[in-house]
Amino acid sequence: MDKLFIVSSSPHIRSNVTTQKIMRDVLIALTPAMVAGIIYFGTRALYLTVICVITCVLTEWVYEKLMHKKSTINDLSAAVTGVLLAFNLPASASWWIAFIGSIFAILIVKQIFGGIGHNFVNPALAARAFLMTCWGVRMTGGAFIPIDAVTSATPLGILKEKLAESLPSYINLFLGTNVYGCIGEVSKLALLIGGIYLICRKVITWKIPVVYIGTVFILSLIFGQDPLFHILAGGLFLGAIFMATDYTTSPITPKGQIIYAVGCGLLTVMIRLYGAYPEGVSYSILLMNVAAPLIDRYSKPRVFGIQKVKKLKKKSEVI
Amino acid sequence: MNIKKATFKGGTHLSYNKELTSGLNVETSIPPEEIILPVSMHIGAPAKPIVEVGDKVKMGQKVAEATGFVSVPIHSSVSGEVIAIEPRLHPNGQKVLSIIIKNDMLDTPDENMHPNSDYKNLDSKEILNIIKEAGIVGLGGATFPTHVKLSIPEGKKVEYLILNAAECEAYLTNDDALMMTNSDDIIKGLEIVMYVLGIDKAYIGIEDNKKDAIEKMAKSAQALNVDIYCLATKYPQGSEKHIIKAISGREVPSGKLPIDVGCVVLNVATAKAIKEAVIDGKPLIERIATITGHGIKTPKRMLIRIGTPIEHVLAQCGGFTDAEKFILGGPMMGISHFSSDTPVIKGGSGFLLLNEKEIDLSESNDCIRCGKCVSACPMRLLPLMISNASVNNDFEKAEKYNAMDCIECGACSYVCPAKRMLVSNMRVAKREITAIRKEKAALAEAKAKEAKN
Ligand code: SF4
Ligand code: SF4
Repeated sequence: MDKLFIVSSSPHIRSNVTTQKIMRDVLIALTPAMVAGIIYFGTRALYLTVICVITCVLTEWVYEKLMHKKSTINDLSAAVTGVLLAFNLPASASWWIAFIGSIFAILIVKQIFGGIGHNFVNPALAARAFLMTCWGVRMTGGAFIPIDAVTSATPLGILKEKLAESLPSYINLFLGTNVYGCIGEVSKLALLIGGIYLICRKVITWKIPVVYIGTVFILSLIFGQDPLFHILAGGLFLGAIFMATDYTTSPITPKGQIIYAVGCGLLTVMIRLYGAYPEGVSYSILLMNVAAPLIDRYSKPRVFGIQKVKKLKKKSEVI
Repeated sequence: MNIKKATFKGGTHLSYNKELTSGLNVETSIPPEEIILPVSMHIGAPAKPIVEVGDKVKMGQKVAEATGFVSVPIHSSVSGEVIAIEPRLHPNGQKVLSIIIKNDMLDTPDENMHPNSDYKNLDSKEILNIIKEAGIVGLGGATFPTHVKLSIPEGKKVEYLILNAAECEAYLTNDDALMMTNSDDIIKGLEIVMYVLGIDKAYIGIEDNKKDAIEKMAKSAQALNVDIYCLATKYPQGSEKHIIKAISGREVPSGKLPIDVGCVVLNVATAKAIKEAVIDGKPLIERIATITGHGIKTPKRMLIRIGTPIEHVLAQCGGFTDAEKFILGGPMMGISHFSSDTPVIKGGSGFLLLNEKEIDLSESNDCIRCGKCVSACPMRLLPLMISNASVNNDFEKAEKYNAMDCIECGACSYVCPAKRMLVSNMRVAKREITAIRKEKAALAEAKAKEAKN
């Protein structure tokens, strides 16, 4: 026999899931919200998204080229970051806001820490926070005013500032009609469709989104707020379904994910009720991103065949 | 006889590809011109040849004897003449002393084979001796001597005797075939083991993708006090620890054996071999194997004599087409081999020829921390953490993450979207941890000695 077969370590077969396929699914799941954004905010929404995606992908490509690293733009993660960043911008944002935000997200937050899988906070959210700090006026409040609009504030803005305007109805909030906000956050229906798609495709589990939204619901109820309004207003759905579930920056243990989601919910409600900002989703997720490694460390699952008592003993040994 | 349902937490679904062979009849392989019998086809001390070159041997004759308690003899699967005793390539990749016998095609049986129509005339000790002398080992692939497994240590009690028919590996259907053709023999074997262990109840675990086999086994086991568990089709359901967990609810403690929680697990093929040894007086000289994969022309299930050159078997399956990998065992835990120029041995449950499309050679990328490996791990480990620690040569950290509890099932590598080589990193970690532990033990010993002096 002449032919030599390939020799390698088991297993010899692999599932057909790849990083690229997962990211493609995320992009598909973001499409309904994109369409909603275009319907409500016009082609500007599309225009900004395209700028973000192109800038993100190009930044990644150029950086990796310069650093002589293997190009990872094919895994589509930079494109996902681009869409998510655009979704967190007001439709009135200038092109250079999108441009600078994208470079910040990919270069400073993702690549400098080692690229995909190594960043410790969500690039799109970190970039949004950065933009808010530098150009707050262009990112909030008045920025949401469409050229020919009558109302100006976001639903949470109305609530926070105790404005005289009436709060939008649940149905408007759910569909995103007649409410203002970031490009991707307004239509809860569209986001929900995307979320269900991701769960069906097993890209994410129900845990983080459901626990996050559930926590906000219950806490608003406890604090005497309108829980339904709180979960439907602002960026909660976008954050809970697409940002808090980011693999790299959320815990990997099943228990850890629950703790993390509860933490996100708690912080969101606290910021909304007591913070300086009307909206708290991005900052909550960012803070919990930072806590994720710690949560992972203390929520290790019980290993098969090792009883609790033993594990506790082991832990104290470690310390 | 009852039928129940059960499973364990974690694990993953595979692309099974069992349909390549699942409906096929079991064919009997044409006897080869010569057979190659390595003296080591089991875990434990290698057997010692008791024949010489030029000796005439009969079918079923013992040609090598056990060399200790954890060892088993080897028998000729043909009649003929010993033409060489020399090192030959073993499926483990090394050259191992082997007895080569030229087949005279007469199949003259050995007169030393004693049938015992009623095993109840024998006591446990005698039966265990028959099992040992018949050369029986765990035929699921582990090849641990069966008589050792059934010799229950003082102070331990068997509460769960479990017959493992899960066959959770992808591609393989040989246990399925065996249940379809020999369910009565399997159950008889189980009865004998129950008698040996002095227990009156047994459990059978079969994955629920083998409906016909479940029916067959249920029929054969009607008169017996057994519970048949239809286990969820999920990998690695057939792992000893996980079939125990599914059926008894017990977890084998880390570093312990099944018997420590009162369990004994036997493969169905082993049960059948026990029946043949005890009732028919026939030693272990043949087994059913799955020859499959998209790299072979006609996948088959065959009854093959131990020692048959694999090439001879493959030729009967039309040879291979565009095979890139040759695997002994299943695709998840089997061992890949550069050459098919080795013999069929006792633990050879499957011979896989996989083409390029099936093996997926795409390179590994950075971990995206998706956690898929975590939810797939049946031991509830954090494979990505252990793997990272291993890659960074931080074996202390790997140990803290319980690397030693990894059963190398491959579920984590299978599901990883970044195609990381998690299992090989696990293996490196386990090897290094063992080495470090040994070193530490040696150091401690030296210190103790010094202190004494
Ligand atoms: S499955 Fe692969 S990519 Fe996902 S966390 Fe595990 S090692 Fe990382
Ligand atoms: S190979 Fe080890 S780490 Fe990977 S899934 Fe199996 S037991 Fe877990």
